[in-house]
Amino acid sequence: MSGPQRLTYREACRQAMREAILDDPRVFLMGEDVARYGGCYAVTKGLAEELGEERVRDTPLSESAFVGAGIGAAMDGMRPIVEIMTVNFSLLALDQLVNNAATIPHMSGGQFAVPLVVRMATGAGRQLAAQHSHSLEGWYAHVPGLKIVAPATVEDARFMLKAALADPNPVLIFEHVMLYNMEGTIPDGTASVRLEGAKVRREGGDVSLVTYGGSLFKTLDAAEALAAENIAAEVIDLRSLRPLDMATVLASVAKTHRLVVVDEGWRSGSLSAEIAARVAEEAFFELDAPPARVCSREVPVPYAAHLEQACLPQPDAIAAAARALVRPS
Amino acid sequence: MPSLGADMEAGTLVEWLVAPGDVVHRGQTVAVVETQKGAIEVEIFEDGKVAELCVPVGREVPVGTVLARLEGAERPLAVPAPAARPEPAPAAVAAPPPARRPATPPGARHRVTPLARRRAAELGVSLAGLAGTGVEGAVRLADVEAAASAKPAAEAGAMRRAIAAAMTRSHAEIPHYWLTLECDLARALAWMERINAELPVARRLMPAALFLKATALALRQKPGLNGYWQDGAFVPGPGIHVGWAVALRGGGLIAPALHDADLLPLDALMEALRDLIGRARGGGLRSSELGEATITVTSLGERGADEVMGLIHPPQVALVGFGRIAERPVVAEGAVLARPSVRLSLAADHRASDGHQGSLLLAAINALLQTPEAL
Amino acid sequence: MSARVRLDRRQLLALLKGMKRIRAFEAKCAELYQAQKIRGFLHLYDGEEAVSVGVMQALAPEDAVVATYREHGQALARGIPMNVLMAEMYGVREGCCRGRGGSMHIFDRERRFCGGNAIVGGGLPLAVGLALAARMQGRSGLAACFFGEGAVEEGEFHESLNLAALWRLPVLFVCENNRYAMGMALERAESETDIHAKAAAYRIASEAVDGMDVVAVAAAALRAVEAVRAGEGPRFLECRTYRLRAHSMFDAQAYRPKEEVEAWRGKGPIVRFQKWLDGNGLLHPSDLAAIEAEIDGEIELAVAFAEAGTPEPVEELERFVLMEEVPA
Repeated sequence: MSGPQRLTYREACRQAMREAILDDPRVFLMGEDVARYGGCYAVTKGLAEELGEERVRDTPLSESAFVGAGIGAAMDGMRPIVEIMTVNFSLLALDQLVNNAATIPHMSGGQFAVPLVVRMATGAGRQLAAQHSHSLEGWYAHVPGLKIVAPATVEDARFMLKAALADPNPVLIFEHVMLYNMEGTIPDGTASVRLEGAKVRREGGDVSLVTYGGSLFKTLDAAEALAAENIAAEVIDLRSLRPLDMATVLASVAKTHRLVVVDEGWRSGSLSAEIAARVAEEAFFELDAPPARVCSREVPVPYAAHLEQACLPQPDAIAAAARALVRPS
Repeated sequence: MPSLGADMEAGTLVEWLVAPGDVVHRGQTVAVVETQKGAIEVEIFEDGKVAELCVPVGREVPVGTVLARLEGAERPLAVPAPAARPEPAPAAVAAPPPARRPATPPGARHRVTPLARRRAAELGVSLAGLAGTGVEGAVRLADVEAAASAKPAAEAGAMRRAIAAAMTRSHAEIPHYWLTLECDLARALAWMERINAELPVARRLMPAALFLKATALALRQKPGLNGYWQDGAFVPGPGIHVGWAVALRGGGLIAPALHDADLLPLDALMEALRDLIGRARGGGLRSSELGEATITVTSLGERGADEVMGLIHPPQVALVGFGRIAERPVVAEGAVLARPSVRLSLAADHRASDGHQGSLLLAAINALLQTPEAL
Repeated sequence: MSARVRLDRRQLLALLKGMKRIRAFEAKCAELYQAQKIRGFLHLYDGEEAVSVGVMQALAPEDAVVATYREHGQALARGIPMNVLMAEMYGVREGCCRGRGGSMHIFDRERRFCGGNAIVGGGLPLAVGLALAARMQGRSGLAACFFGEGAVEEGEFHESLNLAALWRLPVLFVCENNRYAMGMALERAESETDIHAKAAAYRIASEAVDGMDVVAVAAAALRAVEAVRAGEGPRFLECRTYRLRAHSMFDAQAYRPKEEVEAWRGKGPIVRFQKWLDGNGLLHPSDLAAIEAEIDGEIELAVAFAEAGTPEPVEELERFVLMEEVPA
């Protein structure tokens, strides 16, 4: 397990779960088709064979019941990892996540904690149409009592889970479907990362590009294209959507004086709106251009490839938004 | 286009602050004009209603051009300043203004980013008329910083030419005579120190205020040195409006007027002087302050040369100079003592006065400075 | 079925006292509500006391309880002290949830009382999880889950019964069927009104009992708990009862005739049990006086405790939104 290792995001997720289940008898995984099928996105392939179906549990298609069961188990000493196949399905468990997981610690006056981890796939790009492709993590980031993270790198996919399981609060991990096949290198199998805190993935002084999850690599591509035009873009990977590490964003804006938020969620009432508003509130006098946003088009994500791609933030549009702030006219 | 100085030939209208139909009152600021000395606010001198704006934002027009018409008014809004004379300019002054596009169309909000606004305040850069290169034409940081770094050079260039033109004319046309007098400041400075001990730092008096007030009061006794040489005759000034020479940080010189300096109490005069110097350096002077001085006073302060042998700013007829304040040997009470003193000088137009009058003016200033409590 | 429960006189009097204590506490709550000492929603349990008192006596300390928003009876019967319950309704920091929960959200970690849940059906999945935790940790405890017949209309009911049965988890489902989901009568909401029959669809053994008969409830609960503890998987108990008061404090009760309420009042669990005890010579006049005096004294102390409570400082408002650690 020591020494640098090259692996896919999918493999990183799997290693993280395997390690967690082996290391801690309180940890178990449950969800739809996580055991015998090996996971809808093949993330949990082989885990049940190795670890047994007591610790890697297939559930019926009852999102509310198995998410609620995860909450109940977490209240009483377990550390469940619940997988929801895709964010759209999580709406069937919205009651449990928002009315129970997020409220019970506070509502009980601190008598009960809910140390639960819920993983789910999010985002578009695989032509799965409007009921498997949305980016609703911004909705969850609205809710006090939840922690929301979006690993965008193989390293975060490998190590964020451990940090999430160590946290006494319910943590929702959003894995963008387009990242599962991405390869990356991790320094060492025993490394660790913080659950919270944004990271500057590329430094630059002209414009701050703030993003997370599946949009990170599109944004880095845009930054590369901008560099060819002598525009130095700073790329910030939020990593955690709740709490938001505004200190890192504000420090970057204080340097570049320009902000573009890239968010695969819809623009209206979105996480991108939150970030732009907070920058306007807290760094107004640093702004040398209006905050800009690149979000998904406000339509249910369609099936046809060209329509789907037209919905999503793309490197060209990100670069154009940045250019319009740095070199208008 | 008002003449905001004897050497001003033209100006660029950068902002209208009124629109047709607006009721305006005497003293109201109605427009902003860009000159070689920076952006100047244009006051109106009549009451009335704006009928028509004749010059669009962004256009450079010669002095005397009608800028706007008032409804029912006989006179167009051209506002000739007292010193304005339609006189052909030396060819050298006809430098084209910097090619700036107007920041915003007339009537639109002048857009400035929050950062640019903050930085402009820090740098003392006037945003009026600053063209923007940001989103939707907004003035952004780069515009402010460019203006801040370009300003001294560009303006010094324009201002240098203006000063050159005025001083060349002064030296060629005015038959100067010069007088000096050493003035003991021991009493005046001691008195000032006592007064200052009671005052907060921001309100303390400086020797400049004493010099200014003494000069203004002395001119009441010798009015023949306060006014203009116009059309072959001396015209007395309408009041004692002392032009105070301010050296600008980027180089160059400007001498805006302190109106009725003889009437202001010393503390108010100090306050007015601070304000005027600040605005002269920050680019916030009013048109009436630029063309209406009836005499110029220059003070070198505690450093610099011992005395000033100046050139008169036409059409004025005199310039009073105060050299460096320093300890000098003074014979007093039968002994040679080291005492603070200043060399007082006068440059005067021999067409309007003679040495005797000039000498009496210096003596009067000296006498006033020996009884500072009376200032 | 194991042998019928045998209860001695002391136990019978404890059942009576348990019910009268709930009734008197809630009568005081209604009074304090109208005096504006208690605010928000206040759902009273009047008429349903036999269910909580009967079921709780069958549970052990290691069992977990998931309750509804009409849970004062469940909380008191489980042993939560009356004073911290009253203080919670006063919204003060001495309350069991430091004023954050109120009447509908009573929690008591020490007594494994995992909350009054005000989302109808929302508590059932939690009970499944609590039972799963017990099983995975090798503990003997079960999870008892109270819910009304309205919860049967929710998907979470069906999902939870299925999951509990599928995994043979130690859950005791207790349906308090008081015939009205707020104003919605059972027969107007369900195509099949025999609720205990629904459990059969998930292969869960179930029993319907007269929820107005505390002894019948107690006996049925003991039987069910015994089966769950024996590892037979979940059990389902439908307790048929009736809510004698309004749904909440502001309810004109237009959905049911007054005569119906009056008819049920005569069959109320306390009056009926007391008459039975009396008729069998088990209740001496001095017993009754002593029980009532004790209850009155306890209520008086609870009110005094709540009255003397201090408001949670507003600076603490955000405390527990995120936990710093999992409570030991």
